Amino acid sequence: MSILIIAELVIAELVTEEKSIKAATRSAITAAKAIGAEIDVLVIGEDVNAVAQQATNIQGVTRVLVADNSVYAKPLAENFAPLVHSIAKNYSHIIVAATSFGKNLLPRVAALLDVDMVSEVTRIIDASTYVRPLYAGGLNATVQNNEIIKLLTIRPTAFDATQDANQAAPIATIAAVTDDKHLSRFVSEHIRHNERPQLSTARVVISGGRSLGSAEKFQEVLTPLANKLNAAIGATRAAVDAGFAPNDSQVGQTGTVVAPDIYIAIGVSGAAQHIAGIKDSRMIVAINHDPDAPIFQWADYGLVADLFETTAAITAAL
Amino acid sequence: MKVLVGIKRVVDFNIRVRAKTDGSGADIASVKMSINPFDENAVEEAVRLKEAGVATEIVVVTTGAANAQDVLRHALALGADRAILVDTAEPLNSLATAKVLREIVKREAPQLILMGKQAIDDDAAEIGQMLAAFLNIGQGTFASSLKVNDGKITVVREIDGGQETVELNLPAVVTADLRLNEPRYLKLPNLMMAKKKPLETIALADLDVAATSKVTTINVAEPAARAPGKKLNNVQELIDVLRTHAKVV
Repeated sequence: MSILIIAELVIAELVTEEKSIKAATRSAITAAKAIGAEIDVLVIGEDVNAVAQQATNIQGVTRVLVADNSVYAKPLAENFAPLVHSIAKNYSHIIVAATSFGKNLLPRVAALLDVDMVSEVTRIIDASTYVRPLYAGGLNATVQNNEIIKLLTIRPTAFDATQDANQAAPIATIAAVTDDKHLSRFVSEHIRHNERPQLSTARVVISGGRSLGSAEKFQEVLTPLANKLNAAIGATRAAVDAGFAPNDSQVGQTGTVVAPDIYIAIGVSGAAQHIAGIKDSRMIVAINHDPDAPIFQWADYGLVADLFETTAAITAAL
Repeated sequence: MKVLVGIKRVVDFNIRVRAKTDGSGADIASVKMSINPFDENAVEEAVRLKEAGVATEIVVVTTGAANAQDVLRHALALGADRAILVDTAEPLNSLATAKVLREIVKREAPQLILMGKQAIDDDAAEIGQMLAAFLNIGQGTFASSLKVNDGKITVVREIDGGQETVELNLPAVVTADLRLNEPRYLKLPNLMMAKKKPLETIALADLDVAATSKVTTINVAEPAARAPGKKLNNVQELIDVLRTHAKVV
């Protein structure tokens, strides 16, 4: 038994373009360790020798495979899938984090291998049995995967990130295999670079709902508290649709699923699709003027109060 | 340009689904069913392409039993031209569904294949990518905007932390995010008209696709409930909670 992890790279800053292994990939390595086998990490990209070197230090990694080629400069599934397919037969499992990168890529690999896969795994029971959510987390399914090669995406918030150890796994280079029909072409990307922790990995998340009233108020009320708590800022779908916050700050079933130590919901009513994205938080704190808001059914601590006054008071006190 | 739209009949998004008492699955025997919301975005986008003179014909397809006709009629009422039901008593996993769609694509030869990015029952988000691989064509997943131009399609994708724009050769598969559009309300006359539009039924057996899967569900259960929370009386109590329990400062 041998497990292949497909690494996802993040580019830290537009200026330095320094690449690193995304924390979600370290969660995928933790999931692989729960299965228990040799773990190879596949690093795909352009000029990725330094980042491959980083991967060799991650605790428990057996080997790092590098496919370094200019065609891999951007993570197009049409290019990455044939490469993963070319080495898949060496592995019992192929695992990638269920990020937009992993969700885009792995089903394409599954079809090339003619296997069904299991997405968004939240618990590994054994090498072929896993738990995954259905109905936005309303139900949990235990599934058995009897395919010869088992493909999984794992939900990064459900597995801790594996840290570095005093080790340096060997590196092997593998040949580029690409989409020779040029089915797709990268045009551009707009990634928000900010000082704040990322929503999906922050220890504290503060979210605002539509009752904040405007984009200006949203920033004015939440930002000072987020600064004090070194928190990521999230938003409900209603707040995003109203233009108060950018699309990628949406927390919920159709946005980002979060599981921070503390989730502070400010003026959030608690729609089912929002709850689906926060219910695995260690602690949920809710502030809402409406005592009947569904969020209070999920909150460990709730305060019925004016959100503007309350948030200002907490910000001043902390 | 012909557009094929894949849709799924799912439990309405407002319904809270329970597990069957024997753990064999979700209890959906007597709950309201609707078109998967993301698939409705896909149908709406196809209709807008037709209204813009880009698409010439819209074919919608689903797999399921005879009762899945209701979501096909819904799509026809939104503006699709004709519908195909691939009749199967057994629900299909993603791989088999992608193979069914591959067979329909072979028959229909569409230039663009649209569907929702995921279904809100199994939340898998796999079929579009699998279909694109089977057909060896490009994929634009989680699309919030698209533009067809001269044999190509430009797709803005919602990715972690922002957006990515890709250009795909047609034919291509595009999976819709909720932000792609806001589906129109159905008007009664359109629902009446939809009843007259053609709806073809094809038996799964006629497509030579196996319904079986090596991935099986062995138990479905409701997650453990959260312990009941505590209502705080004032801001000071909240500050104390954040200071002590949360240890954030």
